[in-house]
Amino acid sequence: MSPEYKSWKEIPIAGVCWVPSTEYKTGDWRTYKPVWDSEKCIRCMLCHIYCPEGAIKYNAETDEMEFNYDFCKGCGICANECPKEAIKMVLEGKE
Amino acid sequence: MAALKQEVIALNGDEAVAYAVKQCDVDVVAAYPITPQTIIVERFSEYVANGEVDTAFICVESEHSALTCCLTAAATGARAFTATASAGLALMHEILGVTSGCRAPVVMAIVNRALSAPINIHGDHSDSMAERDMGWIHIYAENSQEAYDSIIQAFRIAEHPEVLLPTLVGLDGFILSHTLENVHVLPDETVKRFVGERKLPLVRNHEGKLVPFKLDPENPITIGPLDLYDYYFEHKRQQEEAMRKAYDIIKEVHEEYAQLSGRRYGNGLVEPYRLEDAEIATVCIGSTAGTVKTVVDELREKGVKAGLLRIRVFRPLPVQDIIKWLSDKKAVAVMDRACSFGGNGGPLFHEIRHALYDLQNRPPVINYIYGLGGRDTPPYLIHHVYQNLQKIVETGRIEQLVNFIGLRE
Repeated sequence: MSPEYKSWKEIPIAGVCWVPSTEYKTGDWRTYKPVWDSEKCIRCMLCHIYCPEGAIKYNAETDEMEFNYDFCKGCGICANECPKEAIKMVLEGKE
Repeated sequence: MAALKQEVIALNGDEAVAYAVKQCDVDVVAAYPITPQTIIVERFSEYVANGEVDTAFICVESEHSALTCCLTAAATGARAFTATASAGLALMHEILGVTSGCRAPVVMAIVNRALSAPINIHGDHSDSMAERDMGWIHIYAENSQEAYDSIIQAFRIAEHPEVLLPTLVGLDGFILSHTLENVHVLPDETVKRFVGERKLPLVRNHEGKLVPFKLDPENPITIGPLDLYDYYFEHKRQQEEAMRKAYDIIKEVHEEYAQLSGRRYGNGLVEPYRLEDAEIATVCIGSTAGTVKTVVDELREKGVKAGLLRIRVFRPLPVQDIIKWLSDKKAVAVMDRACSFGGNGGPLFHEIRHALYDLQNRPPVINYIYGLGGRDTPPYLIHHVYQNLQKIVETGRIEQLVNFIGLRE
């Protein structure tokens, strides 16, 4: 186990979280990664609304959808809901 | 300090438990009736109806929900109690692990009863022995007086900030639960003061702040969330540490209570009876110890150096006390009121024999499975056990390691 992990003497009992969930990155659970196509996307924001992790945001300055891969678990709901097939789920490492 | 003058009232084991709970200033009781525990719930609901207690009494649809209510109440910092037996305990099984994992100091009375099938409502230890590894402290009473005393001690032990482990108090179904006994009870105020308020340790929350260990909207914390290969193991090790600390806390609480009540059960973990100079000894749990003590007295009158070690606390296992009291014996018989099918002996036998293994000169240890489904275990059967121990001492040979006593062959 990596030395960055704490010992049983250092952590709170009963699984009490000593860091917020935003610091506990879960993106490495992902098998498939959503890949966004700016050309096909109509900025309807359905992906943003449906993402159960809140990992998709619209950047008004760049006019781009931004995916936070530290938290995206690759569930594919965004790709499923996209009316324009602007999101493709690609096997991690093959994108 | 001289023990307090105490009222003596006739109570059966279940009533003694309910009476103790009444005095312990419990915030939440959630329970579902099951024979032979029902009287506890009945009596306690009467206390609630009569306004004798300030307790939220939650009628639930199952034991699974009863313990869930108590676990969540305890997680908010409340004092919680439930009681069950047999199939009810088996239905709670999942939540037993959640309760200990959440470090919720629930106190539960188990009125020990056989497990189905075939269906049987009478006393044996199959139900709570099946929950051995669920992270609960196990205390077993010999009589109704001890059941009363143990419930009061259990709140102090379970809620101790260095322990925070749920605690069960076992009493034998019918033999104790439904038998009237003269029980000395402490004054209400004395018990309330002894048990006191729950003291909550501080834990570090997700903002890095130290906050009391309880679910509180003012200082929100998360208890018992998802915990994978990265930290689950560490949290289990903490539970093991709490068990080790519980050994001393149980002793301390027992001694403090003894000063108050004048009642003592060995050192609080094991109770030796005429064991100091004994050559042969039995080991048992619960009400059978009463019968064994009578037999030991009879044997002593005949000059047989017989003794008994009653295990009062089964978890944490008092290994050092078992070694201290049994290491110099010439032969030991462990009595199990539960069967570990295919396990080469009962659960208590495994533990006692294991505790003695590292000794240079360990005594021969044999096992008797007895009393399943409430089968009577009268003195003549215990005499038979001691006779066999004498034979082992004389011949130096064990004929049968695991024996069934009181069974028709």
